[in-house]
Amino acid sequence: MTLLQLQSVDAAPWGDPVLTDISLGLAPGEVMGLIGTNGAGKSSLLRLLAGDFAATSGSVLFAGRALESWPRQQLAQQRAFLPQLSLLNFPYTVEEVVLLGRTPHSTGLRADQDIVRQVLRATDTLSLRNRLYTQLSGGERQRVQLARVLAQLWHPDDMRGTLLLLDEPTAALDLAHQQQLAATIAGIAARGCAVILVVHDVNLAASVSHRLLVLDRGQAVASGSPDTVLTPALFRELFHAEVLVQPHPNGRQPLVIGL
Amino acid sequence: MITNVIDRRRRAQRLLLLLVVTLPLAMLLALGTGAVHIAPADTLAVLLGGDRGQATLIVQQIRLPRVLLAGIIGATLAMSGAAMQGLFRNPLADPSLIGVTAGASLGASVLIVAGGSSLSGLAGLSLVSLGAFAGGVLAVLLVYRLASSENGTSVATMLLAGIAITALAGAAGSLLEFFTDNERLRQISLWKMGGLDGANLPRLLLASVVAGAVLLALPRYALPLNTLLLGESEARHLGIPVNRTKLALIGWVAVGVGTSVALVGTIAFVGLVVPHIVRLLIGPDHRTLLPASALAGAILLVCADALSRIVLAPTELPVGIITALIGVPFFISLLRQRHQYGMQT
Repeated sequence: MTLLQLQSVDAAPWGDPVLTDISLGLAPGEVMGLIGTNGAGKSSLLRLLAGDFAATSGSVLFAGRALESWPRQQLAQQRAFLPQLSLLNFPYTVEEVVLLGRTPHSTGLRADQDIVRQVLRATDTLSLRNRLYTQLSGGERQRVQLARVLAQLWHPDDMRGTLLLLDEPTAALDLAHQQQLAATIAGIAARGCAVILVVHDVNLAASVSHRLLVLDRGQAVASGSPDTVLTPALFRELFHAEVLVQPHPNGRQPLVIGL
Repeated sequence: MITNVIDRRRRAQRLLLLLVVTLPLAMLLALGTGAVHIAPADTLAVLLGGDRGQATLIVQQIRLPRVLLAGIIGATLAMSGAAMQGLFRNPLADPSLIGVTAGASLGASVLIVAGGSSLSGLAGLSLVSLGAFAGGVLAVLLVYRLASSENGTSVATMLLAGIAITALAGAAGSLLEFFTDNERLRQISLWKMGGLDGANLPRLLLASVVAGAVLLALPRYALPLNTLLLGESEARHLGIPVNRTKLALIGWVAVGVGTSVALVGTIAFVGLVVPHIVRLLIGPDHRTLLPASALAGAILLVCADALSRIVLAPTELPVGIITALIGVPFFISLLRQRHQYGMQT
């Protein structure tokens, strides 16, 4: 069963087309990495799936139902989006920010605080819990926002039917926290949460994704497992970059080395 | 600064309790304050139905409507300010940003110049007040229209449209003042300074009904406002009907502030400073910020009005001067310490 099904989707939210003829399917628990040059349409695809704008043609089905016909609150219980930038500049505490992720649910403060504690631990922000968000560093803020969207979908055992959209979640993270994010994504995917993420580090993308989708000027130009997609030819054509692609010492993924 | 969620909520509840207790005390003192001083015990006796001669007349006929009006208007301005700061995601926003104050001033000026101040209006309200209300609401409608497109309403555009409409209304007002005679010029100028001296029963009733509705309606948007601080898209992703929320907030604030300007003129800084200070004390959670701002705004305006009656007694100062004189130094001192409170603007 597919959770998300896009069929020949075009989108032109500001007049010019940003996405052209995109088709894809995503199963529960599947992790898809979006790669491509700046302006290729990666964020636009995420924002389309987040409902920020509608497709001009084609269909977007979420759990078998047209995305725009979902009741607002029910959709918010099953789909969360982490944007690139956060606008928050009010002095909420970290815990308050993450609690906002529980807005679509009516599970009560006690249960919500329990979930918040789990996602704070998963993002290594538990020690920041009582700090003011406005006084955090960029990387700390990014982890707190990640905790917020995780809290929106979190369930300790079963997260089937949920979709998490992450736009460059690692942009401000140090190496240790990038690895922690990869582990967190693997953890929620194992519980059935489908994840689509934009990552510029292709090796990181390869390590967290079951499947990669390569976008160029709004079109899907390649799709498949990391070892079939990440070839020297792709990097030459798309990024005008010479790379060496070798098997990773961990034996599970390709390793791309810039030359 | 380390703040636990539970501690913060407890602190908010303590502040609410303190404000609930302080407001009646401030009102009691304000009832005794003025050209004729009345002891709190006598004031209380009058309120409970006792007869204290001249004091009864002063308290019941003059000061009670005025103090109640001050409380209602102060609460409305402060709660509207809190809502606007949340909607614009800017702790320095103010209800006047959406054009309501400038529009109301122009509406009042037009009617004063047209001779409306000598005409009697409806039910104890002057035509000037009605003109001010109409001007304020029209200006907000215009700002809202300018900022709306088929993609929804842009808060940033609304801010800019508000600035444009405020400038336009200001220019039109100046033009009127330039061509009018000195007597009317002085009336316009006095009206703009604001004052509660026109308080009477019909005005109080009108304020109670309209502002009461606003004060009951705005807290229903506390949770949507909390999520709006994250950003509009983020609020939408959390299941909030963002456009409907924006329209409702703008509408209620326009009605509340429009009524307030129509009844007592422009009163500076209550809508800006009060929610700002309350937020520093208890954090940005609108579930407590909105009611606490309303109570604190009521207390501030009741006290400022009492001061305006005694500093130069028997002459009364326009209350807008007092609120600005209290508000501005306080505000500047807050700006200087803003990093301590986690403020970034």
